[in-house]
Amino acid sequence: MKRTTWVTVFVMLALAILPPVFLWTGNAFYVDLATRLVILAIAAVSLNLILGFGGMVSFGHAAYIGIGAYAVGIPVYYETYGGIDALASYGGAFHILLAVGVSALFALLTGVICLRTKGVYFIMITMAFGQMIYYLFISMEEFGGDDGLVIDIRSELPLVSLDNPLQLYAIAYIALVIAMLMVRTIVNSRFGMVLQGARGNDERLVTLGYNTYLYRLTAYVISGAMCGFAGALLGNFTTFISPDMMGWSRSGELMFMVILGGSATTLGPVLGSAVFILMEEVLSSITIYWHLPFGLMLMGIVLFVRGGLMGLIKGKGDK
Amino acid sequence: MDYTLLFIQTLNGVQLGLLLFLVASGLTLVFGILDFVNLAHGSIYMVGAFICASLTFITGNFLIAVLISLPIIGLVGYLIERLVARTLYSRNHLDHVLGTFGLILVLDTSVHLIWGPAGFAVPLPEWLDGRVELFEGVVVPTFRLLIIGVGLAVAAGLYWLVNFTKLGMLIRAGASNRTMVSALGIDISTLFALVFALGAMLAGLAGMLISPITEASISMGGEIIITAFVVIIVGGIGSMKGAFVAAIVIGLIDTLGRSFLDDLFKLFMSPQAAETSAPAVSAMLIYIIMAVILAFRPQGLFPPRVR
Amino acid sequence: MSALLNISNLCKSFGGVTATDNVSLAVEPGELHAIIGPNGAGKTTLISQLSGALSPDSGSIIFKGTDITNRPAHARARLGITRSFQITSLVMDMSVLDNVALAVQARQGHSFRFLRPARSIRPLRDEALEMLDRVGLKARADDPTAALSHGEHRQMEIAIALASGADLMLLDEPMAGLGPQESTAMIEILKALKGERTILLIEHDMDAVFALADRITVLVYGRIIATGAPDEIRGNNDVRHAYLGEE
Repeated sequence: MKRTTWVTVFVMLALAILPPVFLWTGNAFYVDLATRLVILAIAAVSLNLILGFGGMVSFGHAAYIGIGAYAVGIPVYYETYGGIDALASYGGAFHILLAVGVSALFALLTGVICLRTKGVYFIMITMAFGQMIYYLFISMEEFGGDDGLVIDIRSELPLVSLDNPLQLYAIAYIALVIAMLMVRTIVNSRFGMVLQGARGNDERLVTLGYNTYLYRLTAYVISGAMCGFAGALLGNFTTFISPDMMGWSRSGELMFMVILGGSATTLGPVLGSAVFILMEEVLSSITIYWHLPFGLMLMGIVLFVRGGLMGLIKGKGDK
Repeated sequence: MDYTLLFIQTLNGVQLGLLLFLVASGLTLVFGILDFVNLAHGSIYMVGAFICASLTFITGNFLIAVLISLPIIGLVGYLIERLVARTLYSRNHLDHVLGTFGLILVLDTSVHLIWGPAGFAVPLPEWLDGRVELFEGVVVPTFRLLIIGVGLAVAAGLYWLVNFTKLGMLIRAGASNRTMVSALGIDISTLFALVFALGAMLAGLAGMLISPITEASISMGGEIIITAFVVIIVGGIGSMKGAFVAAIVIGLIDTLGRSFLDDLFKLFMSPQAAETSAPAVSAMLIYIIMAVILAFRPQGLFPPRVR
Repeated sequence: MSALLNISNLCKSFGGVTATDNVSLAVEPGELHAIIGPNGAGKTTLISQLSGALSPDSGSIIFKGTDITNRPAHARARLGITRSFQITSLVMDMSVLDNVALAVQARQGHSFRFLRPARSIRPLRDEALEMLDRVGLKARADDPTAALSHGEHRQMEIAIALASGADLMLLDEPMAGLGPQESTAMIEILKALKGERTILLIEHDMDAVFALADRITVLVYGRIIATGAPDEIRGNNDVRHAYLGEE
């Protein structure tokens, strides 16, 4: 087996085994940390599909996290305090369906426009659309506006209870594994070959007869829907949501996770989120000015580490 | 409809538009010539506001503080170019974005370290702090008129720079074509640093001008940068004319939308529905406008010539 | 009309410059038709209008009896027109085989297929390998495209054009930048394709053109000044005057 495969298996096993061990040894805090890590990793994996494999530098991906989280928060709010009955529910299936559906729809509507543009226009316009959703939620006083919304009750699912930290973690972990396998399957499929081909040379693919716009749009929608699901999990984890979760700097952090770990690789986004979350945790416990070394580190990585952590693991000879 | 309010809000819209233009012009200048995406442009705007705020307290005069702050923020821009931006020119836009994203964290935290987490109110000299009656019943703050005046003066200056100077010639030629620039016998490295410093001064000036109204705060950079992006996307990235037109349009739409959209909505929906939907729509208005414009012109209103 | 491709009164100008000036041309099935002309004659502009990368100002393009004048590039590719670029246009960060397999895949209809790994689909792989074999690149199949030489890239372009199953191959200077040996190899590859595919060839290498072409069209300042068999063109005074005489 290749070295990257070994590392992937090792990291995923560690993520499966460590949190229960933490819990049994009385370090519940680390289970929380791991849950956040795994949920953000799902978002990073979804972003990697379009950023890494599709070459679409989306700077508005946190919007889907927000949409997903509010897709849990708003139905719970209505069910608890009354309001629009059609949207009122504690049911997890309904929440997930709403999160994925609305995210896919938002990705479709904005993707139709964003994907007509290229390069730096695409970066800026995805950022602007992300910010549009951010301001939309800020303007909605009913759901707390700027101050955010407390989710009183977590999504109700059959067999498991999300109130149990370990069960919530297990759900998130399984979702991450499924997300990784999904992206892996997609990029290796014929669809994925077209997507990657268009990343490398769009004109060539068009000349071959591919309507690359439709392939990109499809990937864009899949990615948005997947990230919306991560958002629904995050809402259930934090039980508090605010527009801050989807500001543009959150999108920037997601991008950084992908690049840090290594874009267009299976494990890269997971590794990137892990290092990101751990760094954040360690640095912020040392100083309130932790963004300073963090920003310097980010710049250093962009300048000096090509191919991210997976690039380092792969080494030179291994293909 | 209240025409006095309409007039005042239009004036406010123009003022916001001109401030947006100051920020966007620097952004579009740097992109047009250097092909560099500077996410940290908003942070330079914010740093400008803080420097000016401190100098206002030291010198006791806002205008003197602005005059001293301008070369300082230009120097900050120059240093950023030398230390960070320069090494990123040869990379792709994704690297620009991530690198300057890191720079934002560094700049924002440095300001936090130096000035503390709270905002900084900036006092105006008495003669600027008052109001003038433009005509019967229409009273506007003197300082807002000053902002409009300065904004127009800078726009005129940039117009002259772009159309009648050697530097402007390079801008119009879309001088990311480096071979051409060197063929003209210009030291590119200095040119790029100067352009970057000029962009920083423009953004810094905008930050200084807004700070007496809103106070200098760390979050102000992140708030303006996205709107500035919308402006240059709508105007056409790299186009100075586009930045000006789009900035004024966006400034007006945003300001007027926030104050009159509910009245407009009441014309065709129940007052209650209008009250609830108007804030949401006005918050998204400039993005919707951007989407509509891009749907028809993916390169913006004034796309720069093909390079 | 039995021509595979019929171009009538095609015009295209950029600003004040007329790049294609009332061009009419019929390309018969199976022929190798060469377009020659001095630099700036508008050869690449013509090809771009045929492939759909540029849209003409006026005139019409009929391919297999269908008016394709206003069809987008990908739709023309589906009808059976493929183009190779003057500047090598390949997906550099994919393997040689993947590049060709993408062309085979394109022929088989849409690729909205998400489950099976593309590289494990045997027919796809085998056909791509066969095309690589025909241009002599089978041994390099698994190498990253970026690692190949310029000459090999040109050969890949031919393999891709073949794999896409196109009836009409638009080849824009396939010999450009090739050394003498590579040129000879390329001529042999194209010779082997004659009769099997219809080829519209733009080429500066006159030895290659006269060795390969069934018919030749001479383009000067966007206008056709002569069309005919190689011998006729060689003897045509206008052509000698306007073009060959300059060399």
